[in-house]
Amino acid sequence: MKLTVTYLGESYRFHNLKELFAKANEEKSGDQLAEIAAENARERMAAKLVLAELTLAEIRNHPLLPPEEDEVTRVIEEGIDEAIYEKIRNWSVGELREQLLSQGEDEVRSIGRGLSSEMAAAVTKIMSNLDLIQAASKCEVLSHCNTTLGQRGRLGSRAQPNHPTDDLQGVRASIYEALSYGMGDAVIGINPVIDTTDNIVRLFHETMDVIHKWGVPTQNSVLAHVTTQMRAIRKGAPADLIFQSLAGTERGNESFGVNLSLLEEADQLIREEGTAKGSNRWYFETGQGSELSSNAHHGIDQLTLESRCYGLAKRFKPFLVNTVVGFIGPEYLYDSKQVIRAGLEDHFMGKIQGLPMGVDVCYTNHMKADQNDMDNLAVLLATAGVNFLIGVPMADDCMLNYQSLSYHDIATLRELLRLKSGNEFSDWAEKLGILQNGRLTALAGDPTLFM
Amino acid sequence: MTLQHTEELEQLKRSTPARIGTGRAGSRPTTRELLKLRCDHAAAVDTVYGRVSQALLDELGLFSVESSAGDKEIYLRRPDLGRVLPESSIQNIRLRCIHEPKVQVVISDGLSANAIEHNLRDVYPALLDSLQVHGLTCGTPFFVQNGRVGCMNAIGDILQPEVIVLFIGERPGLLTSHSMSAYLCYKPRSGMTDSNRMVVSNIHQGGTPPVEAGAHLGTLIARMLKQKISGVELLL
Repeated sequence: MKLTVTYLGESYRFHNLKELFAKANEEKSGDQLAEIAAENARERMAAKLVLAELTLAEIRNHPLLPPEEDEVTRVIEEGIDEAIYEKIRNWSVGELREQLLSQGEDEVRSIGRGLSSEMAAAVTKIMSNLDLIQAASKCEVLSHCNTTLGQRGRLGSRAQPNHPTDDLQGVRASIYEALSYGMGDAVIGINPVIDTTDNIVRLFHETMDVIHKWGVPTQNSVLAHVTTQMRAIRKGAPADLIFQSLAGTERGNESFGVNLSLLEEADQLIREEGTAKGSNRWYFETGQGSELSSNAHHGIDQLTLESRCYGLAKRFKPFLVNTVVGFIGPEYLYDSKQVIRAGLEDHFMGKIQGLPMGVDVCYTNHMKADQNDMDNLAVLLATAGVNFLIGVPMADDCMLNYQSLSYHDIATLRELLRLKSGNEFSDWAEKLGILQNGRLTALAGDPTLFM
Repeated sequence: MTLQHTEELEQLKRSTPARIGTGRAGSRPTTRELLKLRCDHAAAVDTVYGRVSQALLDELGLFSVESSAGDKEIYLRRPDLGRVLPESSIQNIRLRCIHEPKVQVVISDGLSANAIEHNLRDVYPALLDSLQVHGLTCGTPFFVQNGRVGCMNAIGDILQPEVIVLFIGERPGLLTSHSMSAYLCYKPRSGMTDSNRMVVSNIHQGGTPPVEAGAHLGTLIARMLKQKISGVELLL
């Protein structure tokens, strides 16, 4: 494996793949915080040059985190389609990039099945933003719960009706608001404040009640810790989806209070006791930087760790995977340039690994970003074929204290790019008169419609 | 297109601080709502970069030291530096403070100078009153510029208090940019983590009122001293 290059008259030597992978990343404050980033722009380019020449087999044969030390690595290894891998193992990373950009949709999706999460991360590091959009747009990923999501020409949305005290009337009012804009087709999902079983049971019932009363073709989710949801489901709470945040290392997942066997137990429970019709019943969330924040990164860069989350998620055939790209703060993604880049990277890495990717296009108030930057990223992702986006009333999440997209924004993206909400949901909203040919009607935007 | 103000709409709006029923212009927000969002964001950004006034520090008799972060830009990128103190600050604290106090009070701007400006005048005297009721004495209080929660450990190592209370500005949201938290720890020393600490968050007029928070903190501290523990193991 060749880890050296001479570039602009200077020789560069990288000691191992871990160092090379980190230094080949676009600039991220999180990699700098971990003290693994490239020293300067030239070293960054040298790393990309070396990486482009490595073969996929070399990456696979030199694991960044050995399988005997980490269960996430083992899951990723088991997830590789060996027959496809055999055909592409001698491709260089640079060649992989060109194949993804030049091949047709079926071929690209097929190549994706032969990749490990590290290979997907490697090619991402040498792709431009437009490369990431182009390659991701080739990967149509369908998922099935009560409804089907991800078809070409559709842009789904999560309604996020959070409330600072989990007040049921307030939650309901916020769901009405979402529905009146034709939002909530991917999921009606609440982040609870109070992580007690009884409260989670209450919220599952409340969301399901609105769904039943109005016959909304969607699914519900309450984003408590997975163990709390399991207790709630065992007490009879109606849950279409089960949720958990994932990290890209075993230790990172430990800090989230989960491991593979717990996820498998939850998987079995939602299959047996979940209320949904379809077979995809997981909702996962991820985001670059979470492993470093729990000191579980093993010196690996945040992009590669994020890709490993997707390798883990793949095992459970989820209905939704959402990267909460700008939530973590400026010590991991400093400004809008870094957030926009990370959003495109995550969406591509998830899609190429076969996941139904959505993005929470968002930022916190201590980050150098504002609502205009979110407008930009949302247009890029909608163009790239993102399965769904997160929406909150007027972009302001009054419980989690950060900003995402407004329902107005997602409605505007649909109009601009001629995209529709999910199939069944779209029909429902047209029948109610909120949408006509996918566009908001005069009735839309009035939450009292549902009182 | 502004929505018609019906009693039903008002009822929905009263039930949540979320920005619902705001109307639209085509598929876009109304001018009023769009600018309101930007105004609230501007206020939140300014509070991150704001400074606690010298007048407030003087009024409450607080001297001031810096964390190792130096300035706000470095502070935002390097949480680790906000948890430690440079030699000059360590010396200053060593010289000016009572050592081994029962209760050490520390104040830091954190991510919101506004939070300190809005709440400290109420919460601090209320805490002192409550400590007095419980017969507890305080060391020499001071202010840490650009501190993180973890600076409790560094200060604990220097002064060896039995209990430390850190008032710190929270990450600002749009609804309020002046929410404050109080972190408490029994025998704070290097190596202590969040699981060793207690927190009372959301202290502001619209959340836990500061005067109430002060009184509550005194009770909590008395309990920590009695059980000689803090964090997840404290029985409440």
